Amino acid sequence: MTGRTIFDKVWDSHVVHEEPGRPTLIWIDRHLVHEVTSPQAFDGLRLASRRVRRPDLTFATVDHSIPTTDRSLPIQDPIAAKQVEVLGNNCREFEITYHDLKHPQQGIVHVIGPELGLTLPGLTIVCGDSHTSTHGAFGALAFGIGTSEVEHVLATQCLWMEKPRNLEIRVDGKRPRGVTAKDIILSIIGKIGTSGGTGSVIEYRGEVVSTLSMPERMTICNMSIEGGARAGLISPDETTFRFIEGRQYAPKGEAFEKAKEYWREIATDDDAKFDRGVQFNANKMAPQVTWGTTPAMVTDITGNVPAPNDFDDPNTRKAVARALEYMALEPGTSIQSIKLDRIFIGSCTNSRLEDLIAASKIVKGKKVASGVKAMVVPGSQIVKYQAEKQGLDRIFKDAGFEWREAGCSMCLGMNPDILAPGERCASTSNRNFEGRQGREGRSHLVSPIMAAAAALTGHFVDIRDWDIPE
Amino acid sequence: MITMEPFKRVNGIVAPLDRVNVDTDQIIPKQFLKLVQRTGFGQYLFFDWRFYPDGKPRPNFVLNEPRYEGAKILITRANFGCGSSREHAAWSLLDYGFRAILAPSFADIFYNNCFKNGILLVTLDEATIEKYFDQAAKRAGFSLEIDLTLQTIRDPDGSVVRFNIDPFRKKALLEGLDDIELTLKHEEKIRKYEEKLQPIRLIQK
Repeated sequence: MTGRTIFDKVWDSHVVHEEPGRPTLIWIDRHLVHEVTSPQAFDGLRLASRRVRRPDLTFATVDHSIPTTDRSLPIQDPIAAKQVEVLGNNCREFEITYHDLKHPQQGIVHVIGPELGLTLPGLTIVCGDSHTSTHGAFGALAFGIGTSEVEHVLATQCLWMEKPRNLEIRVDGKRPRGVTAKDIILSIIGKIGTSGGTGSVIEYRGEVVSTLSMPERMTICNMSIEGGARAGLISPDETTFRFIEGRQYAPKGEAFEKAKEYWREIATDDDAKFDRGVQFNANKMAPQVTWGTTPAMVTDITGNVPAPNDFDDPNTRKAVARALEYMALEPGTSIQSIKLDRIFIGSCTNSRLEDLIAASKIVKGKKVASGVKAMVVPGSQIVKYQAEKQGLDRIFKDAGFEWREAGCSMCLGMNPDILAPGERCASTSNRNFEGRQGREGRSHLVSPIMAAAAALTGHFVDIRDWDIPE
Repeated sequence: MITMEPFKRVNGIVAPLDRVNVDTDQIIPKQFLKLVQRTGFGQYLFFDWRFYPDGKPRPNFVLNEPRYEGAKILITRANFGCGSSREHAAWSLLDYGFRAILAPSFADIFYNNCFKNGILLVTLDEATIEKYFDQAAKRAGFSLEIDLTLQTIRDPDGSVVRFNIDPFRKKALLEGLDDIELTLKHEEKIRKYEEKLQPIRLIQK
């Protein structure tokens, strides 16, 4: 028998029902719920007098539309306040564990899942949010679903799904200094494009991937969706197990040892076959900066803004011309000369403790450039607490950054954290779509250290030219 | 309960949206995701593209051109619906009046969301899409007739294009099936699976 991929194994072990010519009914181990994509699903349950089948496998928090300012104050926006209230009521009615706004373990759903040990290898994890792919870093099959599917999972703990294909993305070589997980995934998306992974589950493999920390793996898997993939995952290894051990909701003691045996078995076999593969060499990678309005419109920090005519496909040419107009950039402009108004360090891509530590080392003892507004939004209240224990909040505040409460914040600007029209932002988030961070705002995606350096200079800089403290 | 209007055929004006990689943030911007209902999103469809910040319609946006008023079919470019999983994108398209979207490719989550709401997505080769773009530009009131049962698209000249669709999705659209109802028919299998769940897969409290 030929070897199987981790995706094949996790898929096979979750099949509840299958028949030819139909999607497969698969079991869902974890259902993460937040305020934005769930109210209509709970309404649907009530309308049909249905219950939540497994409240014990369902977990809710609030992250998208909440303010990141003082938590002792009421939410100013009445529509957001209502949405938060509705989630609280739904969780009470359907008996779902809920980490509300004031809970010490509240945070971005994709940050707290792993933090609390809800995310484990070999599980199927869904959430009404496309960045659910983040949890794939643990070797879980994790993907975003729409609200109708949220309702379906609430009611049945299952989902109908056509099995996606296996896509192998290998990153070999040695990662140069200053090149982060964010630069790796942006490089990958720059090559495969925003639909390169459509219909597939990506497994990230190779020398570089196996040396990445769990937060770095999460950054990479998080942006799988920006390459169009249904999910992205990494086979679990000792790094994964060390991260999980001792976490609140993870197996403990003997159960943990037993779980590890199982987790080792589900890793991709050496002779596994993928439907497709793409290879990358990290030696040649540089820090990345997006210049356009999709994450695939990206280039090296040493590069220039391209011209529409640099592209062959007429539709791409039109899209590039439109993106440059929206971004107010001229072809040929050097990336390093682009001046910035705002800096955002946060989001489910890059708001973990490790990200904040890395950024703080760049910032320490320095000042944010005049005219630049910079903010740090920790991914969870636990991250915030741990960062403050290490004094990171002081480092950022002394440099002139704002230090906020946990939430999605300016990644999508559903709360008051938005760009003003025409403002240009270096952001550690995942999407630079038109208006994403605020109507007519201009977003450039970068790593946390690149964002931190840009905050100090007011324009993009090549972090490799700086002394980066270890 | 997911109430879905069955889809059999649609005959309507075609609106051409000539952009690649249209993401769901454009289909419905974030400020409208705070609403807790499922209806009434049509007024917010393509909001930032349709309206100036002061609320006046942008005359050069396709849906504001009088010739495309009442359009039921949208034709567009590759990777339509990429990005966020927000089902509000499907709700806004449906509420605006679109029942079918034709494109060379669609993003996965958006594809699912549309079918759950009775919107037919048809994947066609670039040449056919190009032909429809041409016709929509040249002829005012250009309309197509899409028959799901026959899996055909007929243009006003009588030229017919056949399209492929997954038979299960087709059946669900034709009958307006409630997915959850269908799943609950497999209750016994779900229960059996559930009983055999290894404890290490549960949340440890």
